[in-house]
Amino acid sequence: MARITLDLAHSYRPNPQQDSDYALLPLSMVFDDGGAYALLGPSGCGKTTMLNIMSGLLVPSQGRVLFDERDVTRASPQERNIAQVFQFPVIYDTMTVAENLAFPLKNRKVPEARIRQRVGQIAEMLEMSGQLDQRAAGLSADAKQKISLGRGLVREDVAAVLFDEPLTVIDPHLKWQLRRKLKQIHHELKLTLIYVTHDQVEALTFADKVVVMTRGRAVQVGAPDELFERPRHAFVGHFIGSPGMNFLPAQVQDGVLAVAGQRMPLPRALPDGALRLGVRPEYLALAAPGQAGALPCAVARVQDLGTHQMLTATIDGETLKVRCAPEQVLPGEGGTVWLQVLGEHTCFYQNEELLA
Amino acid sequence: MDLVLDSIVKRVGAQVWLHGIGMALQPGAVTVLLGATQAGKTSLMRIMAGLDEPTEGRVRVDGVDVTGMPVRERNVAMVYQQFINYPSLTVADNIASPLKLRGEKDVARRVRELAERLHIEMFLQRYPSELSGGQQQRVALARALAKGAPLMLLDEPLVNLDYKLREELREELTQLFATGDSTVVYATTEPGEALLLGGYTAVLHEGRLLQYGPTAEVFHAPNSLRVARAFSDPPMNLVRAQATLGGLRLPGGTELPVALPGGHGNDGGDVTLGLRASALRLHARPGDVAVQGTVELAEISGSDTFVHAATPWGELVAQITGVHYLELGSSVALHLDPAQAYVFGADGALLLAPARPGRN
Repeated sequence: MARITLDLAHSYRPNPQQDSDYALLPLSMVFDDGGAYALLGPSGCGKTTMLNIMSGLLVPSQGRVLFDERDVTRASPQERNIAQVFQFPVIYDTMTVAENLAFPLKNRKVPEARIRQRVGQIAEMLEMSGQLDQRAAGLSADAKQKISLGRGLVREDVAAVLFDEPLTVIDPHLKWQLRRKLKQIHHELKLTLIYVTHDQVEALTFADKVVVMTRGRAVQVGAPDELFERPRHAFVGHFIGSPGMNFLPAQVQDGVLAVAGQRMPLPRALPDGALRLGVRPEYLALAAPGQAGALPCAVARVQDLGTHQMLTATIDGETLKVRCAPEQVLPGEGGTVWLQVLGEHTCFYQNEELLA
Repeated sequence: MDLVLDSIVKRVGAQVWLHGIGMALQPGAVTVLLGATQAGKTSLMRIMAGLDEPTEGRVRVDGVDVTGMPVRERNVAMVYQQFINYPSLTVADNIASPLKLRGEKDVARRVRELAERLHIEMFLQRYPSELSGGQQQRVALARALAKGAPLMLLDEPLVNLDYKLREELREELTQLFATGDSTVVYATTEPGEALLLGGYTAVLHEGRLLQYGPTAEVFHAPNSLRVARAFSDPPMNLVRAQATLGGLRLPGGTELPVALPGGHGNDGGDVTLGLRASALRLHARPGDVAVQGTVELAEISGSDTFVHAATPWGELVAQITGVHYLELGSSVALHLDPAQAYVFGADGALLLAPARPGRN
């Protein structure tokens, strides 16, 4: 196992001039030994580029990759000693489940007794002990992908295991069970795991630390609660949560905060100039008319979403989403509702970055 | 438009795909066809469009029998899962095609208007292949709207998009549909999508129509266990129970005080308790009933944490707002207000649903 250090950038074109020329903008990042990480972002954000650089499929156009203290920037995937699990099952159909699981160990001449022990352990974790002697060919797509996961996890001496959207082919109703397996396996095996996905549930459930990416930039590395409570970049606020964070333009001058034409005392020290106020739909509460830190908004829509109500309100051409309890009494369309935009959960952003 | 389906049966070989479906669509509103894959959503839509003919039954539009009338003679717009556009035409020409076909004047202005409504006005001179999946689907939607058809059919149009894009487009679609210009039919496998679209929902299961009504009503008062299952995400927690004088006896001996309708209270018969994940909480309130369990996984979606726990009642899922960490294998108490209970009889019919806030 290894601690992985990235200090690099990557561009698919020569002589990158501007940010948009980079698939991966200059970054330095450390993945701790034994940690569970997810790389999360929309398609085209650079997460797969980052994974391929770690695995050795891609040499970064500048900078280096360290596994512990060793420079592996130009080392092949084999030389780096990593295991990989892909979107679709990569297994040998003619072999049994046990032979498939044993294959990466046999290749490395691990003693027979040790192979049996390890294959037994992995099969047990994946609840496949009863299928060890079955041929892989006859198994369902789910079972095949479980074998792929097992093959990725079977070696104890790998520097890291890299997963590229491994649950894509899994039936939605079975996904949570495999998420649980992966979580348990990380607890038991203490391997360094790096997991690429565009699905927030997968990333936030699996990882201790999530790297949120957009347009070639890693905008925050944080635990799931940090991403939810204190998004360090406006994109994280938007991307995490459904719906994401609400934003309102604001202006600070001479110790006064102006939001949607309303002047409010500064809730805390903020620099002068234009900024954006961010508050999540879960934290936006109804307030008494005229209450400090509240704004009068027009009700555009109230939706009964079954387990809660979603209130859509507008002020000054901006839209706010508010998640309300099912029993909350709300005014109808066109009515006015006061919303508490200032509170302990309110964040402020300048140039997209969180103001501490 | 007024679309009525009368006892629609579709047989393909020895298989029956649709079992006598009858419904009158609410004119000018959205009807969601909700069901798992193979429920019959696409088969039914193809019959509504005139792409397929039913084996038995009639389709009536504004009182006129149109069964067997081919799609090109009907005025229907369709949007599919796959992003279907004319690859050799620019975005502008794609959107313009139905307008030109109708010989409309002022085509350029209409194209621009529609493109603006779907936020693709900056791509008008590009070709579909130069656009992302989300943008391509916007083009297909704009073209469908350009048709101005009184009937618009959408078959899981957002399923191939990332969730943030889905969120955005769903929001926009809800607003577009709200104009009431067309009768809209929208097929989905996702209960959450049905709730966001609102309108009316028809729950389909293995080629049968189980329930049709205003979306919120179907959600809050599913008439059977099957509807409750189909219209719940995460799946409704189901617990086997016995009816008693005071309510229900649950596995492990817990008594749940609920008032079953007359005749069910004292027979000791088998019933099923249904609990939505959102009805289970980590913190107790007065009057709650609790069950102890072991955490199997805490799934975090950002806005919610879904706690899976093994309990004497069986495997339960609780939906808790916000991000919460629960160690695998740790013990947890789940609390519930008995007033949140659904109860289904041995035949699967609904006996009791929670009272809806603000209604009697």
